[in-house]
Amino acid sequence: MTKQLETVTDKPESSFKSSNPNKSTTPKRKNTFLEMKKNYSSYLFLFPKLVLFVLFVAFPVVWAFVLSFQEYKVFGSVFVGLDNYIKVFQSEAFFIALKNTLLFTAVTVPFNVISALVISSMIFALGKISQSFFRSAFYLPTVTSMVIIAMVWRWMYNYEFGLFNYVLGWFGVEPINWLGQSSTALWALIIMSCLIPFGAGIIMYLASMGSISPSLYEAARIDGANSFKQWWHITVPLLKPTTLYLALLSTIGSFQVFTQIIMMTGGGPGNATETLVHLIYKTGFRDFEFGLAAAQSVVLFAIILVFSIIQFRVLRHDE
Amino acid sequence: MIGGVTMKKSPAGKLNKVIIYVLLTIFAVVSLLPLYWVFSTSLQLSSYQSEDMERPVSYVDSNPPKMYPMGIPLYFEHWSEAREAKKAGNTEEEAYHRDMMDYIVSNTFASFNSLFKKHDVGTWFFNSVYISVVVTLGILLIDSMAGYVLAKKKFPGRNLIFWIIISTMMIPGQVTLVPLFMMIRDLELMNTHWALILPDLSMVFGVFLMRQFMYSIPDELLEAAKMDGASEWKTYWTVVLPLAKPGLAALGIFTFMNVWNSFLWPIIVLNSAKLYTLPVGLKTLQDANLASFKLLMSGAAVAAIPMIIVFILFQRYFVKGLTLGGVKE
Repeated sequence: MTKQLETVTDKPESSFKSSNPNKSTTPKRKNTFLEMKKNYSSYLFLFPKLVLFVLFVAFPVVWAFVLSFQEYKVFGSVFVGLDNYIKVFQSEAFFIALKNTLLFTAVTVPFNVISALVISSMIFALGKISQSFFRSAFYLPTVTSMVIIAMVWRWMYNYEFGLFNYVLGWFGVEPINWLGQSSTALWALIIMSCLIPFGAGIIMYLASMGSISPSLYEAARIDGANSFKQWWHITVPLLKPTTLYLALLSTIGSFQVFTQIIMMTGGGPGNATETLVHLIYKTGFRDFEFGLAAAQSVVLFAIILVFSIIQFRVLRHDE
Repeated sequence: MIGGVTMKKSPAGKLNKVIIYVLLTIFAVVSLLPLYWVFSTSLQLSSYQSEDMERPVSYVDSNPPKMYPMGIPLYFEHWSEAREAKKAGNTEEEAYHRDMMDYIVSNTFASFNSLFKKHDVGTWFFNSVYISVVVTLGILLIDSMAGYVLAKKKFPGRNLIFWIIISTMMIPGQVTLVPLFMMIRDLELMNTHWALILPDLSMVFGVFLMRQFMYSIPDELLEAAKMDGASEWKTYWTVVLPLAKPGLAALGIFTFMNVWNSFLWPIIVLNSAKLYTLPVGLKTLQDANLASFKLLMSGAAVAAIPMIIVFILFQRYFVKGLTLGGVKE
């Protein structure tokens, strides 16, 4: 009460404005305008981000769609309708890139999410100090740039002197020219992605596990459920929202796989490791076919969107 | 075994715990091995010849691979032999071993030396640092301002603006690659650092994160500041920002990491060696094909060390940022 009184006496002007809606004598449009005027400072606070956003995000997004219907020419582009999209779906390169990207995603995403779940469950069972130690050990590799990771894996995959073939040698496997032949190159990249820990996933799972009420486990134990049963029937179902989020996150990430490709194989040998983003990069910035590259990127966006929706539906459905 | 969540008190717990420790240690070793290999290779002896060897050998290209820098045991070998030679009064022998010790040290760090002397790694490092710092500070200011009003103020268009901004988070960055390239070219910003800084400052993730965080600031404090006659700017600067520190730290770290590691866009817009950031420079170093793996791994180490230090210093904010960003409404 006293608060209100004070503001009224201090600032009669503003109290007059805010009492306007109650009287409802002014038309709604004018009301909005007054509201905007009253809050001008809020717009000023938003202004820098808004300008940057419009210039470097919103405008390019719209332009990408426009470009995808144009053929780029130095002196004015021409509208070509769906030509670019037709070209995208008629090119063999696109389908090879799509197939490779899908295979990459289909193996790495389930593997990464499930291994993050298993590893974080194991970490959660430990004491505080061990928890933070292992959490760091699994997150540390993910703070280093993929460029660095790709460089060292390229070295580890070296046919003659690489660490990978050496370790496989312990198990009696003959040396394999991992990146040099089209039958193994994509699998080399997939194995590498599986062996890089999903650090963010582990941290998020750990945070979610911390918020599960211990009384649930208490009850299950009284009912005679063993550790594995408790995990399977309590932990896993309650972590489903996190699993959904992580699956989406890593699907989106893996559809955009690029750095490993350009650093390790350049899409080769042949086009054995060509992926969608690497194809877009090549089309746009090696061949300078901007319209076609824009169409490819719109298709990539559509594919990611569709997969996100499917994943969302599936994982939500059987809840 | 896996479901160790509540096994602490169960009788089988001890055995399970041992199994968990063993497995986790194996996984952790696998996950950290590539990073270890970066450092190990960067410090590996690339050429060594002792008295009894016909030809110098390289421990970088050796089969089987040497698991740690060979300079370490060899240095101590020569050191102890030098000591024995000294005891025996053999000055010539002692001088030889002393020289070998010096040689081992210089060869071990040779690639770092040549990276900074022959290649532009110093410049690339500086570019990466200053671009990351500028973008991080800019993002912290701009996004906290935006996040603050989007969370705490009511004004027409607030929700519309927020949802438009957030919906673009769904769009993969590759979609804007071509138009952004054309724009930067038309603005004549190609091959400048502005071409990196401006699009980076436009990233929207921070607005989302800051808005989430600002919700937790109690309204009463803002009201109190207002009653004390503080201007909007003063309220934001003296009340809101100090309270938002943990959120700012998390956002700052993630922004720094993203900018430091960003690769696809920089390789498109930068084409002169003086302007490269570290990831771009490393790619050209690798493309040159002249570089040995020792040199490449040294470059990789130079790029990795700052992020590792940042991670060790600010670990808890990484956790905070991840769990905060992951919270859905």
